[in-house]
Amino acid sequence: MKKTAAIVLAILIACGWYVSLCGAGPIKPLKDQMHLGLDMVGGVSVVMEAQTEATGSELKQLMNQTQAVIENRVNEMGLSEPVVTIEGEDRIRVELPGAEDADAAIEAIGKTAQLQFATADGHVILDGNSVKDAKGEAYRGNDPSLLGTYVVSLTFDSAGATAFENATRKIMNGEITSAVEGMNSNIIMIMLDDQIISSPGVHEVIASTTCQITGNFTREEASNTAALIRGGALPVGLQEIETQVEGPTLGLNAAKTSLIAGAVGIGLILLLMLFMYHVMGLCADIALLLYVLIVFWVLVALQGVLTLPGIAGMILSVGMAVDANVIIFSRVKEEVADGKSIRVAVDSGFKRAMSTVVDSQVTTIIAAVILYQLGTGPVRGFAMTLMIGIFASLLTAVVVTQLYLTLLADSKLATKKFFGIKEVK
Amino acid sequence: MLNVNTNIPFIKYRKYFYLISIALIIIGIGVGLIRGFNFGIDFTGGTKIQFNMGQQVELDDVKAVLKDNDIQADVIYAGENHEKVIIKTTAALDNDARNAFYASMEKKFDPKLPEGDVFVESSNLIGPSVGEMLKSNAIKAVLLAAVAMLIYIAIRFEWKFGVAAILDLLHDVLLLMAFYGLFHVQINSPFIAGMLIVVGYSINDTIVVFDRIRENLKFMKKNKMDELIDKSINQTIGRSIMTSVTTIIAIVPLFVLGGDSIREFTLPLLVGVTAGTVSSITMASPIYYDLCNLLNKPKYKGK
Repeated sequence: MKKTAAIVLAILIACGWYVSLCGAGPIKPLKDQMHLGLDMVGGVSVVMEAQTEATGSELKQLMNQTQAVIENRVNEMGLSEPVVTIEGEDRIRVELPGAEDADAAIEAIGKTAQLQFATADGHVILDGNSVKDAKGEAYRGNDPSLLGTYVVSLTFDSAGATAFENATRKIMNGEITSAVEGMNSNIIMIMLDDQIISSPGVHEVIASTTCQITGNFTREEASNTAALIRGGALPVGLQEIETQVEGPTLGLNAAKTSLIAGAVGIGLILLLMLFMYHVMGLCADIALLLYVLIVFWVLVALQGVLTLPGIAGMILSVGMAVDANVIIFSRVKEEVADGKSIRVAVDSGFKRAMSTVVDSQVTTIIAAVILYQLGTGPVRGFAMTLMIGIFASLLTAVVVTQLYLTLLADSKLATKKFFGIKEVK
Repeated sequence: MLNVNTNIPFIKYRKYFYLISIALIIIGIGVGLIRGFNFGIDFTGGTKIQFNMGQQVELDDVKAVLKDNDIQADVIYAGENHEKVIIKTTAALDNDARNAFYASMEKKFDPKLPEGDVFVESSNLIGPSVGEMLKSNAIKAVLLAAVAMLIYIAIRFEWKFGVAAILDLLHDVLLLMAFYGLFHVQINSPFIAGMLIVVGYSINDTIVVFDRIRENLKFMKKNKMDELIDKSINQTIGRSIMTSVTTIIAIVPLFVLGGDSIREFTLPLLVGVTAGTVSSITMASPIYYDLCNLLNKPKYKGK
């Protein structure tokens, strides 16, 4: 039973490595699935600080809206994976991997966008200058099906209101034919820099300076859409406090050498374990091979981004993954030295070492979690891989090492020499 | 190394261990304070730009361009054949200022670069407020981590172990700072991350020793604390060294091969892991011993 499990596991690990390196069928090799960080592929990372007196929930809302506006803008740049995150309370980090022209990118983030309302035939009704205000608020009308939802309320100036009235009348008279694919002829397109951010349908002639866009918005959706409409302009002024521009050549070299260094480090550890602990070391090496697989695939599954500090964290955690094994093996050796048979020594050594392993790893997890919470940008990547690494190391040490070790202890190989233990007199 | 059968009386020599450590810390941090720690732009704020000139150029020519643009900066060579230059200012150059500067650099040198290479290889701008934030975040993180670990150890062991572990940790952090002060190594934000990992890692080793003391306490008489602790340390010393060796082996290739940005992460790790291992053997348990003595007023007096 155990034997079968051990063999199946070994085959799985071998297959896992094969698939990770070469890919198989629909599964692409690991290197094509990994999201690489800015520091590897090159690109632009900007941190901006909001210039505002607002605090608490007001600030939070402002930042969410700013994030929405910026996201909208960077998505238009057509880059592969832009990331816009709020950092701390009043800072926004924009990462644009692959952005070649840093300055154009930075400018685009900070520019004022062009807001237009147009009918489905593409005719522009009014532009951002005619929109006095837009806000997300709770629905307060008479339609029971909309109660409890949020709406975007628009306020026009008088010229805007007239234009809007004319346009809605035309729509209601059926004078508009849709020229835009996927759009009904009765809608109004609200566009930011030629990108449609909302396309409400018109159900009546609206002759008023105010109107509402309904549509089962959540509170957040409503206020974000409102923020987009209100501004081309960002809700708050932003000051650039940190910028990193990385050309594509530097990063790729660094990535290559780090990966080579990582492979060398892991290779050395595999050898060292074999040398120091013989057969037990082999168990640890199998566990380690699985460990490396787990860390990489978990990172892929979490859509984590592999950064240079992340590689450092990963390699550090390989060193630490072996720690758990070392603690266990030393214990087993001690038990053997106390005169116990290999079988008993493996059993009791494992049990006794476990509390040490757990205590020592938990304390490290505490540090990693705090690092993740307080850290920014690259430091977070480091902490993230470290955390994944510690969990994977606990798992492989407990499950894999134990499986192979007990199996070996039962087998004929279980001589002291094979366990790297000098015969006790 | 593993089958070490050491019998070193750590408790007897603890005063010397304390003395050496404190001396190292005072010298290192003292030098650091007198000469000033070498804070990089992550802390001081400023702009750092790396140009690929395609060939070695005169630094004075670069300085002339800087002067034309009213930028005060240091200029150094980089790259294997000095074909690159790095420019560092303490002022934060905004997007417009950078663009103007790039334009005049390009005009002056008109670099001929092979296909695929770019003129401005990297640029970093750090605002003046970032450094303060980094420092306060670092202090916050170390304190938070220390308190969280103290609580964990107090629950799993007892509070005296917790206090001893935290004092040991503080020692490691100070020693790491002393190293950076003494050798004037540049401190940027990766240093903080490295330091925090050292905090997490160093306690790892300490726990292994404490775990053994805790176990031995069940079997041995408590009034022979010094013997008990010496025995525990000697029992676990091979393992403490081995675990650090595996970690250091993993980091060294990265330190040697990795570029500058990786080195900023790996150097504090190497120094910290080494310091953490040594101190977990020579400092942590003796501190625990002195704590017990201080509180229990035992008949037995350690020398």
